[in-house]
Amino acid sequence: MTDAPMNTVNEYTLAIRVRDVSKRFDGTVALDAFHLDVHAGHVMTLLGPSGSGKTTALRLIAGFDRPDSGSIEIDGLTVADATTFAPPEKRRVGMVFQDYALFPHLTVARNVAYGVARDDRRRRVTETLELVGLTGKEDRLPHELSGGEQQRVALARALAPQPKVILLDEPFSNLDAALRSRVRAEVADILRQAGTTAVFVTHDQEEALSMSDFVAVMHDGRIVQAARPSDLYRSPVDEWVAAFLGEADFVSGEARGGSVHTTAGVFPTPLVGKVRVMIRPEAVDLVPDASGGAIVSQREFFGHDQLVTVSLADGTRLRARLGPSPYLEPGDTVSVSIGEATTFPAD
Amino acid sequence: MATVAPSAAETAVEPSARSGRRAPVALWVAGTLVALPAVAPIAYLVWSVLRPGGIDAGGISSGRLLELLGATSLLVISVTATALMLGTATAWLTTRTDLSARRLWSTLASLPLVIPSYVGAVAMLGTSGNGGLMSEALRAVGLPALPVFSGFWAAWGALSLWNFSYVHLLAVPALRRMDPALEEAARGLGSSRRRLLATVVLPQLRPALLSSSLLVGLYVLSDFGAVSLLRYETFTRAIYTQFRGRLDPAPALFLSGVLVMVALVLVLAEQRGRGRAALYSNRPNRRPQPVRLTGGRRLAAYGFLSTVVIGALLLPLTTLVWWTVRGVSLGSSIGTVGAELIRSATISLAAAAVAVVAAVPLAVLTVRYRNRRTALMESVVWSTYSLPHLAVGLGFLVLAINFVPLVYQTVALLVVAYVAMFIPQAMAAVQAGLRQVGPNLEAASRGLGVGPTATLLKITVPLISRSLLAGGALVFLTVMKELPATLLLRPTGFETLAVRIWSASSELFYTQASVAALVLVTVSAIPLYLLVIRDLHD
Repeated sequence: MTDAPMNTVNEYTLAIRVRDVSKRFDGTVALDAFHLDVHAGHVMTLLGPSGSGKTTALRLIAGFDRPDSGSIEIDGLTVADATTFAPPEKRRVGMVFQDYALFPHLTVARNVAYGVARDDRRRRVTETLELVGLTGKEDRLPHELSGGEQQRVALARALAPQPKVILLDEPFSNLDAALRSRVRAEVADILRQAGTTAVFVTHDQEEALSMSDFVAVMHDGRIVQAARPSDLYRSPVDEWVAAFLGEADFVSGEARGGSVHTTAGVFPTPLVGKVRVMIRPEAVDLVPDASGGAIVSQREFFGHDQLVTVSLADGTRLRARLGPSPYLEPGDTVSVSIGEATTFPAD
Repeated sequence: MATVAPSAAETAVEPSARSGRRAPVALWVAGTLVALPAVAPIAYLVWSVLRPGGIDAGGISSGRLLELLGATSLLVISVTATALMLGTATAWLTTRTDLSARRLWSTLASLPLVIPSYVGAVAMLGTSGNGGLMSEALRAVGLPALPVFSGFWAAWGALSLWNFSYVHLLAVPALRRMDPALEEAARGLGSSRRRLLATVVLPQLRPALLSSSLLVGLYVLSDFGAVSLLRYETFTRAIYTQFRGRLDPAPALFLSGVLVMVALVLVLAEQRGRGRAALYSNRPNRRPQPVRLTGGRRLAAYGFLSTVVIGALLLPLTTLVWWTVRGVSLGSSIGTVGAELIRSATISLAAAAVAVVAAVPLAVLTVRYRNRRTALMESVVWSTYSLPHLAVGLGFLVLAINFVPLVYQTVALLVVAYVAMFIPQAMAAVQAGLRQVGPNLEAASRGLGVGPTATLLKITVPLISRSLLAGGALVFLTVMKELPATLLLRPTGFETLAVRIWSASSELFYTQASVAALVLVTVSAIPLYLLVIRDLHD
């Protein structure tokens, strides 16, 4: 273990340190002055829409592509900068691919053993397969396994050589919705047990928020905000991040003396002047009230909850996520109360 | 005003084709080393004509050159036109009409490909003249014997019969893909049937007809065996006789250089045309109504198809069998075939193995690192494949004599020449295999600490082993029937099946030639046909 660099914010060692990395493909900018710090033992997620550069970032860290400029350190060693380029096989980085990339001609055991030194193979294969709960499937071929099992073999194969860092590129996107949340929890658990530093790439907000220690939101080849999931959700830096992370409605108003008056109500704010207020549906509560100020315009019922859209007096639409009751119908009059809201300066 | 969050799925697509990556230097070195033998003889031939300090025509007068150009062009143009007519007709009759057994007729129309044109020429000689099969048949009913087929008409007939199937094979899928709605729209607008053909059907067929006529043109330009056996003086025949008759290779080199330059024009046109033809590959959702042929037209259609099949398939094969049977029953020598077969198989196997190994770096470069430079490398390699093999062989021969005399008249030189000429077949197969193997598998292996070469051997090669085998088989079967380069480059006394057919029929031993030809058709041409037919049939 190397000593923690001077600029770390706490006692953690940096497992990955990316500085000022840029990458273009055929003239298109994929990454632009990209910075990233990942602490040892943490699960970090790069979250962003397609084309935001997150997969490029992962491939640069793994060594599958060479950065045009900037530097990358893994576990204190420089693996890429203006003069150095360590090929992927020298980086001790495990990678789990979106399509798993299991070697179709090798059994589960031989897939898992592939990256392990010869004398250590038997022990590591047994250990890792036990860790991912696949003991007994050693002699199967990949195509004989279910999607969830293939996923776990891919994870076991990446973990077996005990890499410093493991990278996962949209690892759950090939699983059906029912399986996804279960496998997600299992994988998070396995990674914590193994104590490995992990970097995920995903475009799924829920996935990012539910399984990471830190989330870095990417947009147009840059990280726009990196924070713990709950901080990120509650205090996004701008409207784009707010909207990307989850359902959100926005109202405008003029802030003065610590609060802002809007058609949806009065909210506290440290800002002054024109502001935008972000309201998440779960912060909105509706009560049937014949003298209320809003009319129900739409209702989607999901069973465990419901999403109700109301129109305020001036026509502003607001969504509310409620429990299964009360029973509301389009046309009903309701009163609206709003809990937490976040304000941004309007530009 | 409320804003709704953008869903992640709606935004732009990730750039998945990472074409910007640069290939490792070692791969470039390997690819260049492999491509070099394919480029060297062509470059040498062109240079020997256009060399600085004036053209060395080697005593070939401009009159003689014009004469050869004229005779060759006449053959190329007449055969291409005939093959176009025959192939379009068989394709149309077997796809768009209500004739019975259309699939069978279509297969029969593509089968003449199993007869290499020099074998066809042997059969033509064996059927005409005194003692020929047809002459004997005519004599039996009291008619005079046929004269020996030779000269322009014989060469024209042979090359048309044994090349029209390329047109057929390319026109059939083009006709199938044609959307009947277009024709119906034209009929609805008041077009007559004849105008329909000219304004709707033929324009849609044009890409297929263009590329198949370039293909046929190239084959005719390259043909050596048929024109030589049938005694029609073209470039290839002149080159061979020039080379054989004299110690000075200059005139043969000059003629080869000119031939290669003429052929390169066709090759480049063919390579450009191939890309364009792909634009037309949209599938209609229904089949067109078949054209009903009745009465005399129906009979004429059957008559035409039968004549073509008899001429291109039945008659030559019957002739070869007849000579074999007659020779055996008369007790005349059927010659040796076993040793030639083993020799052919051994050298073909060696060439196939080398070609497959050599094709791997080229295929990796052109598939995994596709860019302008690798695409150029690919088309250069394909060019040598398409150029006249007699000229390529001569280029190799003169290069060897001048620069590496040690390899002159060795099997090694022959193998190198085969590999240079036929490596595209192996390359195409390996490329197809590589496209099936996702690049993530190789990345996964690298990420697990295994270097690029070990990854190639442990992951890629096992996964594409079937493609390697298929590519090898293709090269093997093609080398088996190669004639002109073998004649030039073989060590003295190294008789292969193809050489045996050539020399036996040159000396008028038709029984011996027929036996060898039947063996060759059985062990090489038929399997090759079965391998290739799948690709050509969509």
